[in-house]
Amino acid sequence: MCNLRARFLILFLIFFSITFNSVRSEEKVKLLKIDWSFKGVTGKFDRASLQRGYQVYTEVCASCHSMNLVSYRNLGEKGGPEFSVEQVKAIAANFEVEDGPNSDGEMFTRPGRPSDKFVSPYPNVQAATAANGGAYPPDMSVLVKARKGGSDYIYSVLMGYEDPPAGFELEDGVYYNKYMDGQKIKMSNPLSEGIVTYADGTQTTQAQMAKDVTTFLTWTAEPHLETRHKMGVKVIIFLTIFTLLVYLSMRRIWSRIDSEK
Amino acid sequence: MSENYVPSSKFGKWFNDRLPLLTLSKHLTDYPTPKNLNYWWTFGGILTFCLISQIITGIVLGMHYVAHADMAFSSIEHIMRDVNYGWLIRYIHSNGASMFFLAVYIHIFRSLFYGSYRSPREIIWILGMLIYLLMMATAFMGYVLPWGQMSFWGATVITNLFSAIPLVGESIVTWLWGGYSVDNPTLTRFFSLHYLFPFLILGLVVLHIWALHVPGNNNPIGIDIKKPSKDTVPFHPYITIKDLFALLIFMTIFAGFIFFAPNILGHSDNYIEANPLVTPKHIVPEWYLLPFYAILRAVPDKLGGVVLMLGSIFILMALPWLDSSKVRSTVFRPLYKKFFWLLVIDVLALGYVGAMPAEGLYLLIARVGTIYYFAHFLIVLPVLSRIEKTEPVPLSISEPVLGGMLKPEMARSDRKDV
Amino acid sequence: MDKPEKKGNRRDFIFTASYTVGAIGVGATIWPLIDQMNPDSSVKALASTEVDISQIEPGKSVTVLWRGKPVFIKRRTQEEIAEAQSVSLDDLPHPEKDQDRVKNPEWLVMLGICTHLGCVPLSDKGEYNGWFCPCHGSHYDTSGRIRKGPAPTNMEIPKYAFVDDNTIKIG
Repeated sequence: MCNLRARFLILFLIFFSITFNSVRSEEKVKLLKIDWSFKGVTGKFDRASLQRGYQVYTEVCASCHSMNLVSYRNLGEKGGPEFSVEQVKAIAANFEVEDGPNSDGEMFTRPGRPSDKFVSPYPNVQAATAANGGAYPPDMSVLVKARKGGSDYIYSVLMGYEDPPAGFELEDGVYYNKYMDGQKIKMSNPLSEGIVTYADGTQTTQAQMAKDVTTFLTWTAEPHLETRHKMGVKVIIFLTIFTLLVYLSMRRIWSRIDSEK
Repeated sequence: MSENYVPSSKFGKWFNDRLPLLTLSKHLTDYPTPKNLNYWWTFGGILTFCLISQIITGIVLGMHYVAHADMAFSSIEHIMRDVNYGWLIRYIHSNGASMFFLAVYIHIFRSLFYGSYRSPREIIWILGMLIYLLMMATAFMGYVLPWGQMSFWGATVITNLFSAIPLVGESIVTWLWGGYSVDNPTLTRFFSLHYLFPFLILGLVVLHIWALHVPGNNNPIGIDIKKPSKDTVPFHPYITIKDLFALLIFMTIFAGFIFFAPNILGHSDNYIEANPLVTPKHIVPEWYLLPFYAILRAVPDKLGGVVLMLGSIFILMALPWLDSSKVRSTVFRPLYKKFFWLLVIDVLALGYVGAMPAEGLYLLIARVGTIYYFAHFLIVLPVLSRIEKTEPVPLSISEPVLGGMLKPEMARSDRKDV
Repeated sequence: MDKPEKKGNRRDFIFTASYTVGAIGVGATIWPLIDQMNPDSSVKALASTEVDISQIEPGKSVTVLWRGKPVFIKRRTQEEIAEAQSVSLDDLPHPEKDQDRVKNPEWLVMLGICTHLGCVPLSDKGEYNGWFCPCHGSHYDTSGRIRKGPAPTNMEIPKYAFVDDNTIKIG
């Protein structure tokens, strides 16, 4: 009986691990791995990195990439960059938001409020595609979850620009990137040393900016990650204790028949 | 004997005379259950938990989800970001679907191994297969609702299959879609039916349990037992506590997924909004549908693939009549046991190649796997059940439990009760 | 024989502990299912609204939407203020001093919902120079107080504050 159970279990585990791996990694190139602060059972975001990452997004990426599922007020919420209330108001007010119609029936613009969603650089997908040589710059709200490899993939792509190997054909407006599917990407290398000046004075190497903006993008995709991890630890501990108590109860109950043979 | 139950309180008696809920409760409490059931029998209770969990989380999600092509994706992100505990409820529901199927597969394979589908339990088995079919339909439609790339393209591929039906195929597909492609009308009707089907499942589960309570549970050695007797225990507290223990272990694994790897069983492409102009590189269903996907793609002909895919489920329905062995439980069928494990490996292999492109070695394995699957039920099982020399079966449950020596003369091949 | 008794105590403890821990688990599970129906963070973000009042002339009013309801912001003229302040409390079905209804007498900020059955009263109408509700004929004065008609109470004053001279924050 033990043998049967064990065999069954092992087979199921094999099945799962095969399925995950097969569905997950088809990249032949191994991704760059970072020891992200948010990985693991007790993973948390590095607050300063999130704020720097937000700066990189705003100054480098936001001119083409929208983030239309995130609101300015999220920047002040627990578990995120945790900007102060005043900072969030000021950030939002920097952007012009379309509102209306007013009582004359016209649309108008006004300064942003914390309750507004992030302003998109283009009015719609078609405009974004047309303005970028036929390649749509994807919205970044959940981009980290929308790519196999997640944070490691995004970081790798940002660091993956190289000279193409000899004889590799590249059309106009297409660049070589080691980690992209087919090694081609229609975005030129967005990060170069010093392209941003960090408010906290951290050195702006390409790797640093890539790490910060990837951390930020991981947060936008999973704003409740820290709460989820914390709750998870509590739940697993609770279930372990409860399982043990129930196990002991079960033994006590079943001892009644074992003793009346 | 619970039919003669008289409640102790006056109100209880008054109520019970009008609606015998207390009698039902007493029946369920006293229900004699074989005392040798192992942990493979706890999955029925686990499945009930899964169904209720999916219904509750589903109803709650339905309070916030918007079933319209323009808003579905962002309404789910609204749930994940803004709704209090929305992220938790959503992850419970999405991972709960996977846990539900994990449990149902273990439950089905338990039945296959121990012969729980055999007379007199054929109706329980058929009801179970109907529940399984409804589960697959429910899960399929539910996966469309987030309106991601896999939602849209999975829906397109599977609904397109119906065009293989001769003569009326195209009309059926148009009718299913409510249009000329998967679009908003498809989404809204899938939402309605996705909400409905679990309650149909609930009804079938009630019938499934009712049908079970007529003959009573099967047990690991597959012999018929008298109820109640020394071989049985009352369901409460013996089985309730054991089911609870198993459920808690199941919930711990479930929690592991929800809190620490909530997207590992899914596909990253479903976090991209549906785009009818861009097809994903590999269209893959959720893992629990992969074996069927493999069978579907193994056949070069579209209609043939659909027929075999459906056939793979319907052949299971015929199982009680394909197996004519004198012995119910595979424990005592040493040759069939080997083929049973071969079937398990076969299904796992089909699942694996279902996730791969349908070409080369993968396609070959899918074809071999499909042939074996049908051969197992149509050839191996019927033939073996006639010619296999089975091991002697104990006469009662207490006997092996006591660890005594099997007396060969106690095992007879002319037993009528197995 | 104390053996069965001792056994009894230990047995009860395990069961009691299990029930207790189980109850905690059930409670912890139920809470999110209930709390999810409470206002979510996008709704709470709109719980207060800031209104620019710099363009409103004396005697004029604007109606803004706050939490899904209309709020009347009226810049009152000196006559209207005087009228509101001079009414005797005995004449009021719902006695309230005008000074208790406004922070700055020039600005009347109130929920534009008739306290009878919820219609939106019309401004600059009615026998008391205030508002008139056409649904069942309630008349309100220049302080938004009910004077005549079936409405039981004065129009409600929401929580608000002057952020600066040109901006009011409601809620």
